[in-house]
Amino acid sequence: MDFNLTEERGLLRDMLQKFLGEKYGHEERRKLIASGKAYNAGIYAEMAELGVLGALFSEEDGGLGGAGFDIAVVFEELGRAGVIEPILGNAVLAGSLIAELGTDSQKELIGSVIAGEFLLAFAHAEPASRYDLNHVTASAKTDGGQIMLNGTKAHVLNGAQAGMLVVSAREAGADWDETGISLFLVPADADGMTIVDHPNVDGTSAAAIRLENVVVDEGARLGASGEAFGAIEAAVARATLAVSAEALGAMEAAKALTIDYLKERKQFGIAIGKFQALQHRMADVLIEVEQARSAVINLAGHLDALRDLRERHVSATKNLIGRASALVGEEAVQMHGGIGMTDEYALSHFVRRMVMIDHLFGDVDHHLERFISLNAA
Amino acid sequence: MDLSYTPEEEAFRAEVRAFLSEKLPRHLSEKVRLGKRLTKSDMESWHAVLNAQGWLAPNWPKEYGGAEWDAVQRMIFEEEACLAHAPRIVPFGLSMLAPVLMAFGSEEQRQHYLPRILSGEDWWCQGYSEPGAGSDLAALKTKAVRDGDHYVVNGQKTWTTLGQHANWIFCLVRTDADAKKQEGISFLLIDMNTPGVTVRPIVLIDGEAEVNEVFFDDVRVPASNLVGEENKGWTYAKYLLTHERTNIAGVGFSNAALATLKHVAANTRSGGKPLDQNPYFAARMAQAEIDLMAMATTNLRVVSAAAKGQAPGPESSMLKIKGTVIRQELSSLLRRAAGPDAMPFLPDYLDGGDNVPAEGPEHAPAAAPNYFNMRKLSIFGGSNEIQRTIITKAILQL
Repeated sequence: MDFNLTEERGLLRDMLQKFLGEKYGHEERRKLIASGKAYNAGIYAEMAELGVLGALFSEEDGGLGGAGFDIAVVFEELGRAGVIEPILGNAVLAGSLIAELGTDSQKELIGSVIAGEFLLAFAHAEPASRYDLNHVTASAKTDGGQIMLNGTKAHVLNGAQAGMLVVSAREAGADWDETGISLFLVPADADGMTIVDHPNVDGTSAAAIRLENVVVDEGARLGASGEAFGAIEAAVARATLAVSAEALGAMEAAKALTIDYLKERKQFGIAIGKFQALQHRMADVLIEVEQARSAVINLAGHLDALRDLRERHVSATKNLIGRASALVGEEAVQMHGGIGMTDEYALSHFVRRMVMIDHLFGDVDHHLERFISLNAA
Repeated sequence: MDLSYTPEEEAFRAEVRAFLSEKLPRHLSEKVRLGKRLTKSDMESWHAVLNAQGWLAPNWPKEYGGAEWDAVQRMIFEEEACLAHAPRIVPFGLSMLAPVLMAFGSEEQRQHYLPRILSGEDWWCQGYSEPGAGSDLAALKTKAVRDGDHYVVNGQKTWTTLGQHANWIFCLVRTDADAKKQEGISFLLIDMNTPGVTVRPIVLIDGEAEVNEVFFDDVRVPASNLVGEENKGWTYAKYLLTHERTNIAGVGFSNAALATLKHVAANTRSGGKPLDQNPYFAARMAQAEIDLMAMATTNLRVVSAAAKGQAPGPESSMLKIKGTVIRQELSSLLRRAAGPDAMPFLPDYLDGGDNVPAEGPEHAPAAAPNYFNMRKLSIFGGSNEIQRTIITKAILQL
């Protein structure tokens, strides 16, 4: 048993922390979001050069890691700095699916993702699917070697910035069947694609996508026909770990800001951190952040376990992260008072991100119910 | 990062499991499983079984007859012992007094008292709290005045756990009334058979007299029973508390309680289906389990740091709070699982051997008393509010 990072991961963490500390301060981040751009291309290229994207892929796919603890280390730092650059939907979701299911020629895309030269996105969720990964109504009809795609996709992370999309569509079965779901590589500029970008509450962005008689050939198919669900679930498990670690980083940042504020802010002639009513609440915040760290470790350590054990940890971790994030966010704002609610101050940005993470891949209630079902199975 | 145990640790776990399955008497594990009360001889007989194996004192060095296990081994033993429903090891002599004697006692004291703790010849209890000194322990008033070769002790201790079984008590006493309150305290060993010592049981909210008041009326104690130096007792007391806080998370207890709860909930019908299919009950159980999964890892993080020689510091306060909250929640759920059968108070069943039948399901009679008893967890060993203050000062530095 060893809870220390390997030397390589420790170096990666230190390097990333230093880089983001210098280049991704709160003011730079605010300017970026105010500019309306989805991300800063210069920063993103530098991060690729540092090996941030490579760390998310295995060596056989041309990366440097790809294990649970690699994802956890990278995303905790991204969360601590509030990074909005397109890594989650691009490298973790779409990238994992291509690494898992792709042919050698399809996998060539991974090299350009790792180099930071090309962006992918995963177009899966639909307007009515909420958190159900098996809900796919978009259709794929094959006719004489041509496949025609129709449907609507929602909340596609960095969908408007990607050059290529991994699109899920149904080839067989009913709307909620796990079988019958297939994946296709669709260029963003294919005829019949309508991609509408929109900002999210937390400074990230996503797209609504309409596919109208989009035609691809058999070479676009990713994996076997109708059998993509298992790979989708596994990729979402990786993404759930990523956002859980990201939330942990944001919690650590919010905690640090709040401790500083409790020491600096004076009311009634003394630092407010001297009031026991606040001290004990802050102690509870600290405990929940440590619980969140343990939950991230649990999922990272079981990411390659058999499906049932892995998914049990996915739901346990995401449930706990959602509860801890809400507590830490709400308490941090309360202890700051009005200043904690201002857009100008960094805290509100961390709070928005950690709360919005609850809305990615299943919230507290969704995963509590799912954990119960997985226990009963 | 590596969440797995070493092959040596896995082998150790297998050894512990085999030992428990062979040597833990069935009538004891049944009592523990059903939350029944243990007699003095129940506890003594389990201590004797462990002592014969050399496992009674996991944290003692081998030279004193201990097992000298590291923190991970101790945790593995706790986990397995809890899952097997073994009685807990009574900690007062073994893990509270003994470390203090080893660190601060005289050679004569070590040679005399340590073997008697292992053999069971002496049963120790802890004389710390007083009616006016709870969380503010240093406010204690029990006085010891030097008179020739003796101290004369007057005062009162309270919340003395299992003091009714004890023949010795280690006490914090005030030896200098004029000094600052932490600086006038000494650590004194008192034979409870000395004239002037009176023990009065306190019946608690669960109907059981687990704790006592101990009165001292002109009790003459040989000066050689002083541990370390006079007026340095507070230092020794703080040292003892750090030992008291090992295994503070109680992961083993919670794992066992969760397993019992799941079994009971699956076998209790409510609204025509098993209770674990009631969405509200299932949600509370699942939430406790999820918190426990994370807390077990938090505990391992602290334990593995301790095993590498890093002392468990204020993190133990974190574990104390989270660990006790989870144990209390599990006891609350087990009480609710019993439904109306939680109401009858059946001391004969709780005290009795295997022959007294339960009214209602076998787990029901102990459910409410156990829930009430568990309220102590967030009060003793430094209340959870005291722990929050420790976190505030030591970690947050506010």
